[in-house]
Amino acid sequence: MNDFSSALSAALTLLLHGDKTLGNIVLLSLRVSLSAVFLATIIGMPLGSATALYRFPGRKALTVLLNALMGLPPVVVGLVVYLMLSRIGPLGVLGLLFTPTAMIIAQSILIIPIIAALSRQIIEDLWREYEEQLRSFGASPGRSMLTLLWDGRFSLLTAVLAGFGRASAEVGAVMIVGGNIDHVTRVMTTAIALEVSKGDLALALGLGIILISLSLAINGAAFVLKDIAERRHA
Amino acid sequence: MTGPGTSHPPRQSDILPLVLDNVSFEGGGKRLIKDLSHSFNAGPRTVILGPNGAGKSLLLRLCHGLLQPSAGDIRWQGELSGDPVPHQAMVFQRPVMLRRTVAENAAYALGLRGIPRSERRDRVAEALKRTGLARLAGSPARVLSFGEQQKLALARAWALRPKVLFLDEPTASLDPAATHTIEEVIGAFHDAGTRIIMTTHDLGQARRIADDVLFMHRGRLLEFSSAKKFFAGPRNDLAQAFLRGDLLWWKRRDIRAK
Repeated sequence: MNDFSSALSAALTLLLHGDKTLGNIVLLSLRVSLSAVFLATIIGMPLGSATALYRFPGRKALTVLLNALMGLPPVVVGLVVYLMLSRIGPLGVLGLLFTPTAMIIAQSILIIPIIAALSRQIIEDLWREYEEQLRSFGASPGRSMLTLLWDGRFSLLTAVLAGFGRASAEVGAVMIVGGNIDHVTRVMTTAIALEVSKGDLALALGLGIILISLSLAINGAAFVLKDIAERRHA
Repeated sequence: MTGPGTSHPPRQSDILPLVLDNVSFEGGGKRLIKDLSHSFNAGPRTVILGPNGAGKSLLLRLCHGLLQPSAGDIRWQGELSGDPVPHQAMVFQRPVMLRRTVAENAAYALGLRGIPRSERRDRVAEALKRTGLARLAGSPARVLSFGEQQKLALARAWALRPKVLFLDEPTASLDPAATHTIEEVIGAFHDAGTRIIMTTHDLGQARRIADDVLFMHRGRLLEFSSAKKFFAGPRNDLAQAFLRGDLLWWKRRDIRAK
């Protein structure tokens, strides 16, 4: 029990003092996860909607694959990206290993399947409802896809939030490709892991509380925005 | 007013006639439309009658191009038949409302057809006024009542100014007031020169609207005649039974035996 109260006070102290190191860690966490979500959205959403809309060979297999990849283990993704980016790897010349960019790449790979698979389901359901009407209007497949993405935007936001949740919570991938270097690649989850191994449970728990609060704040803001917009457009 | 070939508003170049030549359609291993041939010429309002499963909705979808026939040929033969898609519209039994406002719903298909924004606005305003939805222009379409949604489906079609309008049981499960408005708008379409081809289960509605009747049963076209002749006494025995209000699930010989 003591751990929890000291964790709370540790968290509060860190926050109230405006700890600069903590600030950097939080900002880097947000930068990495939000960039990864952005990248995964612009790749995953069209991929998912195309899988929903177009009939092509291997479509069912791709659907199963995307669903299965939602459960990708972060450490395995981290390891694969590590091997690609390491000096002797195929992309080693880029010198990206142990940089925030590497972390963004790893997290993007981790959440592309989540956003793609959830988008596919959402777009497919909407297409079932809209198909005859849009074809009757004479909408081309490309135009139909844009219409579905726009009309499904509130549901699709949930897919994006699921991706963000996964990215901000994972530790394995960013640990391996980022290396948890202080002031360079240390994010909240890797900092928590480090404090735990150092034995500073209170600080670790304090960081954990901040991480959860951030996640709550972002999801809450998204919910409110969605609610307001939805009431206007249904 | 009744019968094929009576006087109608003069029309310019058209996509009609629509010719169906020995059309069959298979689904789920069954032949759902069987060797159907018919010509839809410009002019009269055609109502397709028949019991459930007769293939009425399928026939509309085949004509509109939403389905491709398994055998046979469907051709638009008018002057504008090079690209018939922009000249047709369809109103479905269950209106599909885009998750947008009423006005945006009415404007959507106009945007697809490259109609300039200013003209879009005028056409949408006119269509909403015509269907009595003007005061709802800014409301989300999906919170409208079922009757209002069906009116919006008609408004969307109105804004498109189609040469041919297909309607698939447009007033099924609507109350008399909403049905009345819908029938009025269908009449306005007809007066504006739009060719009406519709299905209905409501014999009263068929009498009110039809100039021509197509009677279908189990995928076959059994009778085509003017509404006047049809309602005075169809030639086909199944059509006679249908008009009497008999339920047509039995075989023809059972009717003969009666």
